[in-house]
Amino acid sequence: MEIYLVIMLVLMILGSINSLHAKDLMSAVISLGIVGFGLVISFLLLYAPDLAIVQVVIEIITLTTTIAVIVSATYELEKKKIGYSSGFYAGTILIFTVIILMVVSRFTNILSYFGQHVMRMADIYIKSAPESGSANLVTGIVLHFRAYDTLGEATVLVTAVIGVLTILRHSGKKKDN
Amino acid sequence: MISPHGMTIIVKKICQFIAPTIFLFGIYISVYGHLSPGGGFAGGVIMASAFILQILSDGSLLEKLKSERWRLELSESLSIFSFLILAVLGLLLAGTAVFFGNFLPPGKLGQLISGGFIPIGNLIIGIEVCASMTLIFVALIIFKDEESE
Amino acid sequence: MILFVLCFVLFMIGLYGVILQRNLIKIIIGLAIMEYSVYLFLILIGYVKGGTVPIISDFFENGPFVDPLPQALVLTAIVIGLATKALLLSVAIRLYKHYGTFDIRKMNNLKG
Repeated sequence: MEIYLVIMLVLMILGSINSLHAKDLMSAVISLGIVGFGLVISFLLLYAPDLAIVQVVIEIITLTTTIAVIVSATYELEKKKIGYSSGFYAGTILIFTVIILMVVSRFTNILSYFGQHVMRMADIYIKSAPESGSANLVTGIVLHFRAYDTLGEATVLVTAVIGVLTILRHSGKKKDN
Repeated sequence: MISPHGMTIIVKKICQFIAPTIFLFGIYISVYGHLSPGGGFAGGVIMASAFILQILSDGSLLEKLKSERWRLELSESLSIFSFLILAVLGLLLAGTAVFFGNFLPPGKLGQLISGGFIPIGNLIIGIEVCASMTLIFVALIIFKDEESE
Repeated sequence: MILFVLCFVLFMIGLYGVILQRNLIKIIIGLAIMEYSVYLFLILIGYVKGGTVPIISDFFENGPFVDPLPQALVLTAIVIGLATKALLLSVAIRLYKHYGTFDIRKMNNLKG
């Protein structure tokens, strides 16, 4: 099963590179869909069906919103390439590779191997699941053990909506009078 | 792209049949969230996708939502308020007297009416997420239409 | 171990997009890629070898479950991610209406 996850991650990496270097915005947004739907398949392989349901619908809504609102209204091509020289790119890639190697060499000791998770906290949640009365343990955690988190999440959602409405409001209308 | 007349009549009619089905599926996902994969977040996003399908295919719903945007804002605010009331009721009524205490009987594991207030909370979260997503989409569409005029 | 390394590579690609791209929409895409890699990393940490879906049922064997706690945290984070992405997009089209372009080099109103 691990090999399928590796294949999906390599596909996601290729899709993200293609998305960042696409010529026009339409193909960039569509290439982001490769990353999102690869994430859905990875969630299914890792036994997280709740997340897969949410992520597939979110990805469709994001693609639809971005294409219907942004790209169709503001179509523009990148006329010339980004103005950096090739030596600058080589230096950047070198720096990023060094950072990746440093982090990997540090984290080899800290992280446990894949699949060897030591369940200390989750053991309590799984054992006391009949107390919450929810057969789906994820919903039990979201709405019973950690419902305060969910309240904060709803507050953040309302705040984001108010922010969108405030930014998009017509402020210059009263100047005409 | 989104005219007040909408798309052709074939697309309109098919979307009129499909969108209520998607909405019903979202309610099902929300209510059965404590028994099967799903929950309030997934159900709410699916319900919002039904609204978005209707808006993109049919122009008349967009006109209605433009003039009556306060309905979406009201349902969003009311749902988060009722979620807070649920928390305070747990503080008052539950035996352990904690915030979000489960004051309803847990019932038998695996049945629809079980888990205390978990199905009610799932439905409230579903309504809240659906109203938020639809409101964001409507605001973006209205801004784009006014800009292009 | 290779999975964690690939996840980190995906994160660094998103960071590269945020730092080096000059189109506002491309910068938002880079942020989205970073978000996705963090979700995948959290779920990878919670995986248990030989585990099953964390749902108690009468019809299947209730063996060892995968860790449900990171799944619950990521579930809320995905929905918040969409809302913040919409906020960033609305800022982007506000700027587009003002300047007529997405290029951040041409948005020089506040330059000293």
